[in-house]
Amino acid sequence: MKNPTDLLYTKSHEWVKKLDDGTVKVGLTDYAQHELGDLVFINLPQEGDEVSVGETFGDVESVKAVSDVYSPVSGTVTAINEELLDHPELVNKEAYEAWFIQVGEISQEEELLSAEAYEELLAKEEA
Amino acid sequence: MELKTPLYDCHVALNGKIVPFAGYLLPVQYDTGVIAEHMAVRTKAGLFDVSHMGEVVFSGPDALKNVQHLMTNDFSNMVAGDVRYSPMCNEKGGVVDDLIVYCLKEPTDYLVVVNAANRHKDADWMRSHLIGDVTFKDISDEVAQVALQGPQSQAILSKLADERDIPTKYYSFCQTGKVAGVDCLISKTGYTGEDGFELYCAPDKAAELWNALLDAGKENGLIPCGLGARDTLRLEAGMPLYGHEMTDDITPKQTGLGMFVKMDKEDFIGKKAMEEMGAPTIKRVGLKILGRGIARENFPVYAGDKLIGHTTSGTHCPYLGGAYAMAIVEKEPAPLGATVQVEIRGKKVDAEVVKSQFYKKA
Repeated sequence: MKNPTDLLYTKSHEWVKKLDDGTVKVGLTDYAQHELGDLVFINLPQEGDEVSVGETFGDVESVKAVSDVYSPVSGTVTAINEELLDHPELVNKEAYEAWFIQVGEISQEEELLSAEAYEELLAKEEA
Repeated sequence: MELKTPLYDCHVALNGKIVPFAGYLLPVQYDTGVIAEHMAVRTKAGLFDVSHMGEVVFSGPDALKNVQHLMTNDFSNMVAGDVRYSPMCNEKGGVVDDLIVYCLKEPTDYLVVVNAANRHKDADWMRSHLIGDVTFKDISDEVAQVALQGPQSQAILSKLADERDIPTKYYSFCQTGKVAGVDCLISKTGYTGEDGFELYCAPDKAAELWNALLDAGKENGLIPCGLGARDTLRLEAGMPLYGHEMTDDITPKQTGLGMFVKMDKEDFIGKKAMEEMGAPTIKRVGLKILGRGIARENFPVYAGDKLIGHTTSGTHCPYLGGAYAMAIVEKEPAPLGATVQVEIRGKKVDAEVVKSQFYKKA
């Protein structure tokens, strides 16, 4: 299983890592990076920005297209992964290491999928 | 329903990511990805399936007269073995398509290669404007085409073809070549800004040719490349694409292709309209994006507060390592070296006006 079981997933192909301090880290799944192809540009919010469940918080661009990235939670951005701004290719290399944003003060969260449920979703999408 | 090129099974076997394009199912990329494929063509070599391109032939006593009448370039001094690029215009001077003309035998036999997406439109247009004694035929389904592009192309082709059959001059060809035993028209042309060849053969021989090239080129670093890299390569080299830099409403002169319009030759379709229009007030420029972001197609371009035009294509150029775009803008406010602004999804980002040939091979 290539999608780590200690992460949770969204239907729009983000992953969520719940940290002990109550914050979450959000990134794009390996499936998503593979579908997008080589990423060449990433736009992230700033620290302190509010994000909302189901709304876009940034975008990623491959050589061919732009895609939005959706927030699985409502809350405040406590950190962004600045390294990605200069090295978007890290998402292609290590999708589950390359987190986009960290969010705290979480007031709402969407229904998240386990790795197993996410893989069932992928199997359906590919069928 | 999309058509398959004769190489479809090869793409599937190579794990190409298949997408519909111009009525055909073609690989947008292979496992290597667009950037690696792009870089292979700039530094080693890449192999493309371009069998979707359309091919038509003009033959008969008035064949030359017809290409002269239909297209804006001058073909009168072409001899067998010459290739020439040209726009083809409508009566208003707008571009119907851009194409390349192969002189098979002057002045009676010409092969014309057109954009896949325009194949039927072009064939209808040409057929309805024929003059004199000429036979016109759309032979697209009888022709497969692969493009071998990159600095190693010559070395790779030399392993599989007789040196005498390999054209040495850019924009020339050998009609009766053999590559890996397959009869080919070998053309020293391409759409990447690199050295390279385009090989035309019978559809049932295409897979044999494709596999032989990949085998022979392996040690030279040759890899198969998809439509994604084809587009980033042409853009990085500043080559226009129909439907983007050229449309039915823009004249070749307005989009930087004036050198392919020979106003002093005898009458041709669109000449009168272009004469009446005089010097163009808009032009195609290159834009080097200075701020963060990637300009794509149809983004507004401003000089200060004034809207001066729109981008026509744009992407991240892998070899140059930055975002570049082409745009059609008003001439006056956008001289070379000027800073203009491109609106990238709501944000104005500075861009420098540069020559559209962003990359030029050494």
